Amino acid sequence: MTPILEVNNVVKKYGKKTALNNVSLSIPHGSIYGLLGPNGAGKTSLIRIINQITFPDSGEILLDGEKLSPKHVQHIGYMPEERGLYKSMKVGEQALYLAQLKGISKDQAKKQLKYWFEKLEIGDWWNKKIQELSKGMAQKIQFVVTVLHQPKLLIFDEPFSGFDPVNANIIKDEILELKKKGSTIIFSTHRMESVEELCDEIALIHKSNKLLDGSLIDIKKQYRSNTFDLGINTQNEQQLKDFLNAKYQIEDTFFKSLDNELKLSVNLNRKPVNELLQDLIPFGQITHFSEKIPSINDIFIQTVTNN
Amino acid sequence: MGVLSLIIKREFISKVRNKSFIVMTFVSPLIFVAVAALIGYLSSMKTEVKHIGIHDESGMFVNDFKSNESYKYHDVSKIDPKILKDSVSQANYEGILFIPSKENLKDYEEAIEYVSEDSPSIGFIADVESKLSDKLMRQNLSSKGIDTVLLDQSKIDVTMHLTKASGEETVKGLNEMKVAIGSAFGYLIMMFIIIYGNMVMRSVIEEKTNRIIEIIVSSIKPIQLMMGKIIGTTFAGILQFVIWAIVGMILLVIANTVFGLNTSTPTTELAMETAKFANVKVYFAEFLKLPLLSMIAYFLIYFIGGYFLYSSLYAAIGAAVDNETDTQQFMFPVIMPLMLGVYIGFFTVMNEPHGTVATIFSMIPFTSPIVMLMRIPFGVPFYQIALSIALLFATFIAIVWVASKIYRVGILMYGKKPTWKELVKWLKY
Repeated sequence: MTPILEVNNVVKKYGKKTALNNVSLSIPHGSIYGLLGPNGAGKTSLIRIINQITFPDSGEILLDGEKLSPKHVQHIGYMPEERGLYKSMKVGEQALYLAQLKGISKDQAKKQLKYWFEKLEIGDWWNKKIQELSKGMAQKIQFVVTVLHQPKLLIFDEPFSGFDPVNANIIKDEILELKKKGSTIIFSTHRMESVEELCDEIALIHKSNKLLDGSLIDIKKQYRSNTFDLGINTQNEQQLKDFLNAKYQIEDTFFKSLDNELKLSVNLNRKPVNELLQDLIPFGQITHFSEKIPSINDIFIQTVTNN
Repeated sequence: MGVLSLIIKREFISKVRNKSFIVMTFVSPLIFVAVAALIGYLSSMKTEVKHIGIHDESGMFVNDFKSNESYKYHDVSKIDPKILKDSVSQANYEGILFIPSKENLKDYEEAIEYVSEDSPSIGFIADVESKLSDKLMRQNLSSKGIDTVLLDQSKIDVTMHLTKASGEETVKGLNEMKVAIGSAFGYLIMMFIIIYGNMVMRSVIEEKTNRIIEIIVSSIKPIQLMMGKIIGTTFAGILQFVIWAIVGMILLVIANTVFGLNTSTPTTELAMETAKFANVKVYFAEFLKLPLLSMIAYFLIYFIGGYFLYSSLYAAIGAAVDNETDTQQFMFPVIMPLMLGVYIGFFTVMNEPHGTVATIFSMIPFTSPIVMLMRIPFGVPFYQIALSIALLFATFIAIVWVASKIYRVGILMYGKKPTWKELVKWLKY
């Protein structure tokens, strides 16, 4: 299956400053794709190019295998980091106007709008002006405006910033539902918790370059250190430590547990996991055993500081 | 519906629904009529009669000063000049004219003095001086044996008839009328550009500060938004102008029936009125002889060209800045050619409609909508108009291109006020 979006060797320069240096990405259908990077890395530049707000100096972008062109705007929904709507325009009119700009008919837009207003329980806002709404309410409208024209590809730039936890959760659920219905979602963020939770695939951009990309699991595998956290109730703590030290690398560690057991972090030194387990059993009762999986946060910081 | 018409519609509706637009539209004509009525009232007020004393030692001039509505002349030749000077400072008299007695008429040239507290008006000085000179000249002529009565009788006034080479006869004063029409057109364009160009600029800044701009340009091309904005604002402006014209006319008619025509005209003045009316008829006939249709057509062409040229500049300025206070540095170069156009129109075209200065500025696209429109009633060769329009529209396209480039980059730039140098750099992005 062709990926929904392919970014091939895109270069973008502003004067002498390079915003994107030969960046390539491939975003599979139906995935939630995290575009990660520190502030000023080039995420917004890339998103603007995908939205055809600006154009690359070289390289190309394919949407569903076709070269990106103006007719594709109606397949893309974009919620920028800096949210904004016409303050003195009525909610309903505004949403219809923005949907029509995307190229869908007024009737279709009305139908969709009704659906979303009912779903988010904001039906009575139709005739209100944005300036009469609270910030959180306006954010909901912003979300509706983004998804109203049923785009195949949704792009959210820092989607949860500015939402209170309740609304952020509502939006998160809606995003997951959109994914279920077949939309592909691009997230641009530097908040790693939401990435861990939602993303299937990620790409890390730093200083205009793509440093890594791929599925979240693959990347984590790539960064796994074969280190396990273990907890064991034993009478011979020192003996165990000496024994393990000879064969593996060990460190004291900390995790939450109910007993007051010995807690260690053990690097396997390329030996099989079961060998470690067998080594441990004679010493006492094992209460905890888990692989130390690198968090995206760790990977992010490690990659960025290494470059 | 096309995207452009969607934008035009939104811009138009949002402008027309705006409270300040509604207030401006309906209150301005009221203010205008009120001001006109006030001026009319003030000018119809009788001015205070000024008393002028004449101390004429020669006795030669005093009888030539006849009192009228504004000035009352008093013969004070018998009163001591010192006392008279005091009475000026005590404001019994507006001023005293001191005429000494001289043997030789030539000696009067520098000898006459006017004493007053406030400086007299230029008209008054000219009037008094001409009376004195006239009297002295007549005295001089009489003393040399020339009969002044005979001289008066032998005067002949010439009124020159102005005829065009094509054989059409014109009336004097037509030039003034042409200037008035041309100026009205030119002025209208300038006003429209300043009022609605500003409106375009503010609406661009509004979208930028609202941050909605990024959503909109992800759906459509910035140039579509810019053009839609300009056209939508134009429609709102035209609507406003039409309402002004209608409301203004209605108010003027009301004002006329209430204050003007209900006073019955005395029979003595009736004759004069008919004479005036005959003159008006001639003017009106002349007015109809002007190439009105083509003038209106040219007005529309220059209006569209000039207005679009300037409002694209306004849009670009709006895109380049974050808020209205930052627009000042870019505003001056936009306003300057407009003002220049109007001044050149008023001072140069009026005197020499086909002179070098007027011709050059009617070619330069930034001033041509104003200057050329002022020239057209005087008859401009077609090749000049064609060249001027071609230049205007070529520049218009170039400016729209430049403005849309600045606009495209500017609408997504926040934080710093750009310099001219940066704007040039944006063109290359």
